[in-house]
Amino acid sequence: MNIAALTANLHVILPEMVLAAFALLVILADMLRQDEEESRLLPLLTLAGILAAMAATAWIWNRPVASYQEGAIADGFALGARTVILVAAGLATLLSMGYLPRINRQMGEYYALVLLATLGMTMMASATDLIVLFLALEIFSLALYILSGYYRKNPRSTEASMKYFLLGAFASSFFVYGAALLYGAAGTTQLREIGNLLASDHGNPNLLWPGIALLLVGFGFKVSLVPFHMWTPDVYQGAPTPVTAFMSAGTKTAAFAAFVRVLMEALPAQQIQWGWALAVLAVLTMTVGNLTALRQLSLKRMLAYSSVANAGYILVALVPGTAQGSKAALFYLLTYAFMNVGALAVVITLEKIDELDALQNRAAGLADRWPLLALAMSIFMLSLSGIPPLAGFFGKFFVFQAAVEGGWTWLAVVGVLNSAISAYYYLRVMVAMYFHEAEEPVQPRRWGGLSLSLALTALATVIIGLYPSLWTGFLSGLGG
Amino acid sequence: MVPLSWYLILAAFLFTCGLFGALARRNAIAVLMGIELMLNAANINLVAFWRYSGAVTDLAGQVFALFIIAVAAAEAAVGLALIIAVYRKRKTVNVEELDLLAG
Repeated sequence: MNIAALTANLHVILPEMVLAAFALLVILADMLRQDEEESRLLPLLTLAGILAAMAATAWIWNRPVASYQEGAIADGFALGARTVILVAAGLATLLSMGYLPRINRQMGEYYALVLLATLGMTMMASATDLIVLFLALEIFSLALYILSGYYRKNPRSTEASMKYFLLGAFASSFFVYGAALLYGAAGTTQLREIGNLLASDHGNPNLLWPGIALLLVGFGFKVSLVPFHMWTPDVYQGAPTPVTAFMSAGTKTAAFAAFVRVLMEALPAQQIQWGWALAVLAVLTMTVGNLTALRQLSLKRMLAYSSVANAGYILVALVPGTAQGSKAALFYLLTYAFMNVGALAVVITLEKIDELDALQNRAAGLADRWPLLALAMSIFMLSLSGIPPLAGFFGKFFVFQAAVEGGWTWLAVVGVLNSAISAYYYLRVMVAMYFHEAEEPVQPRRWGGLSLSLALTALATVIIGLYPSLWTGFLSGLGG
Repeated sequence: MVPLSWYLILAAFLFTCGLFGALARRNAIAVLMGIELMLNAANINLVAFWRYSGAVTDLAGQVFALFIIAVAAAEAAVGLALIIAVYRKRKTVNVEELDLLAG
């Protein structure tokens, strides 16, 4: 390999290089700072890094599709997923600004880890090789294990990080074993070549099918599909809430983007078989997620089970294996990033810091004293339950449309029924805010970054809902 | 030469041992050891597939195994640090006693 081959198409991984440079800069700035006051600059430096990565992504967009060393690709799908991840990272940084000084005084590592996790996620969204895919998965997973235990003095936070670590590492080993078997069946680790080989000679079925099944288990853990969702509520509840917000939107986007790419590029010939497996998983995930969310009193646990259910809706879009489906999934992830991060931002304003959580009765009577906060929460809850004309409605609409046009009408019907169930627990929060008396006066916590991210997410949820065509034109699908 | 299937059977056996360890043991460190066994089972598979593929100049299988070794080391470092953090607070590393978060 010569130098020319190494630098050709290097721009494909420019956003990742920018993120890595800023992660190192944050660590350096943390070491060189003189006093506590100056550590306030760290989140600003982090935001600058995320904005620079967004600019790099926008710059790549106008160039022809290119691949770096056949390991990463810059096509419309990868760039769209990258944008969603960077948006989630930026919002999480805004949320961390006032939150972090209360839980842990060491800030340099935190922001460096946020940037490194973002790097892993964006890399995973553009990976076209099983090796790169696995490395990217581990980069962001390792960073997130540490981030979810960042409130070191709180036993809930350390417990969450250990549970996340044990189950995450367990899932990674399934993923790797599956990848090894797939490599054995096809003789290459490149997704597109695997697809070409399997289309012509079908590989060795004794290696291929266990390989696909194990990969499915690995991805199932990462995107929290039932029955691999057991870690989700514990980790979402125990992690510092800005980390929960980042993780819920970022991990989902990265893992689903990679999931779509593996299915559409490496295994399109096996769609008939995995289509059914995914359909069964989608029904289980939506139903169990929604039914369990019904009886949660903690807002964060409720949102965690709602996130499980949302993974089920997104999975519905993947079942038919069409370009339309992958585009619908990406659109859903975009809307989900805004509405879920927004809802968790409201939880941050209400939560008791030592519990890292807020029970639903903390929201009681919110509308009387804090009407704007209650309005924002209402927007997120209505959007999550899929009521038009908010973003969540169109997310669900495109997903179910993709399922129906792919010939999976019954699956779309199950999805719609599930949205009806989910409306109950989302609207219950609104009833508490508008019709219940406050049991104890709650003084919401606030800082500039928090208010800004609340305003941004609420506006985005409304605007995407009013002009969905704007965004569907901007995102593009994969395969077909 | 030993047939490929012998290596695959060895790897599958190792993976199953690791899986059993990860599911049955209650000590977090023992669970971690089980997970390491599962990762190394994948390594045996990768290297065996690479050796028997015939295309010895295409190093993908070997490179993949090397990366897995590196990642497993990083994972052990982070995992043990987290286990120590839990132990300092709770004086136990038994996964069944970690039940603050449930419901």
